[in-house]
Amino acid sequence: MFRNVAELVELAQSKNKPISEIMIEQEMDFRGNTREEVYNQMKNNLVVMEQAVERGITEDVRSHSGLTGGDAVLLQDYMKSGNSLSGHTMLDAVSKAIATNEVNAAMGTICATPTAGSAGVVPGTLFAIREKVNPTEEQMVRYLFTSGAFGFVVANNASISGAAGGCQAEVGSATGMAAAAIVELMGGTPEQSSHAFAIALKNMLGLVCDPVAGLVEVPCVKRNAMGASNALVAADMSLAGITSRIPCDEVIDAMYKIGQTMPSALRETAQGGLAATPTGRELEAKIFGVSLDRK
Amino acid sequence: MKFRSVFDIIGPVMIGPSSSHTAGAARIGRVARHLFGREPKAITVSLYGSFARTYKGHGTDVALIGGVLDFDTYDERIVNALTIAKEKKIKVRFTEEDAVTDHPNTARIHLSDEKGELELVGISIGGGKIEVIELNGFALGLSGNSPAILVVHNDRFGAIAGVSNTLAKHEINIGHMNVSRKEKGKEALMTIEVDQNIPQVVLDEVESLPNIIQVAKISD
Repeated sequence: MFRNVAELVELAQSKNKPISEIMIEQEMDFRGNTREEVYNQMKNNLVVMEQAVERGITEDVRSHSGLTGGDAVLLQDYMKSGNSLSGHTMLDAVSKAIATNEVNAAMGTICATPTAGSAGVVPGTLFAIREKVNPTEEQMVRYLFTSGAFGFVVANNASISGAAGGCQAEVGSATGMAAAAIVELMGGTPEQSSHAFAIALKNMLGLVCDPVAGLVEVPCVKRNAMGASNALVAADMSLAGITSRIPCDEVIDAMYKIGQTMPSALRETAQGGLAATPTGRELEAKIFGVSLDRK
Repeated sequence: MKFRSVFDIIGPVMIGPSSSHTAGAARIGRVARHLFGREPKAITVSLYGSFARTYKGHGTDVALIGGVLDFDTYDERIVNALTIAKEKKIKVRFTEEDAVTDHPNTARIHLSDEKGELELVGISIGGGKIEVIELNGFALGLSGNSPAILVVHNDRFGAIAGVSNTLAKHEINIGHMNVSRKEKGKEALMTIEVDQNIPQVVLDEVESLPNIIQVAKISD
């Protein structure tokens, strides 16, 4: 069993196998299940992700609070104009990440990756890349195992909870996971996956969890959008041969320590950051009839 | 290691919006239900930390009650759990506590009916994963993910050996075991997490052992 990214990369290199395979084998071993059982469970998660993305980019999904919804469709329409600056794959990933989180905010069915609030980044990037490189179903399922392998390390050595470690632990982790998985899907090495993860997470460090009215909507939906774009750029940088000066495990450790020193007001309590802005408080009062800081 | 499966990370499939505050809450409620063993007549939930501050926005309340109604994290009935509880004439009460707990996402659930009561404290540690940290005043560590049994017993010699021998006879491997008591020689609690699901006949056999008061199963 690997305990950190260094061991994960070392295992993959010594066995000459992709990271996804190391994760599949560990899961078979842990559960005592066959490869087919483990593979099919992940395939079911893939199906749920695809349904959420499809729903988000085609239907007019609105949350009960009215704070979020409809932005994935706006972006898909905008892409058709052909005038976008950041390119089709980038905006496709961004819109599909938004789609997932809009469905989540509307109490729809999603697959947590690694959490519900950060569920958009991994599928958003995956289904955008599908349009570009047309991967096999197995490659797409493997994408989720590679993401999971990195998330597994973060969850055990740091945190994937916004209440414990801020948004860096949720969207930050998801962004690193997606970046690492993109690298494997695009033919990069396990080591390049770890650099992509490190580059992506480094740029999410310190990100606080400050949801308006405590709802997983503002700014969570748009943070997933930016997480998806960050993941694509980090993966491209790593595939170009750029490395992270700080090793992946040390970046994860830094994230953990930053989370521990983060004030409670900025860890999913709706007491600070954007939640405590005048507009944030106004929206909160409108939704609940009373502001959370006056309860 | 708290997270042992890749499906703790890629998963669960769930009703939004929060894995910790919605899916985790549903799982805490469901563990309480399984331990209670039947549908309660009254549910009282005390919420702490982030749960207390943000439960309405995250649907933590509907998820906890949905869990007590035995709904899984992806069950769409969760959205209407409070209405469903009302239709079933179950009394539901929520309180927001100011006390500071070790974990920011903590819920204390009290279930009761004319036959008995149960009190459980659960924490939601991220990504939908939960731990049960207290049952009827006993401190315990239970992930909620592995099949597990809780054995209330008299604090006497041989009680623990009897249970472990019975499990061994049925080739059930113990992955984690914890024993706690409030007072020497009085009531005690065994928390046992195992690798295989435990058939009812084995539970009945455990319950029939000397000094065993009650056995409750939690399937995965």
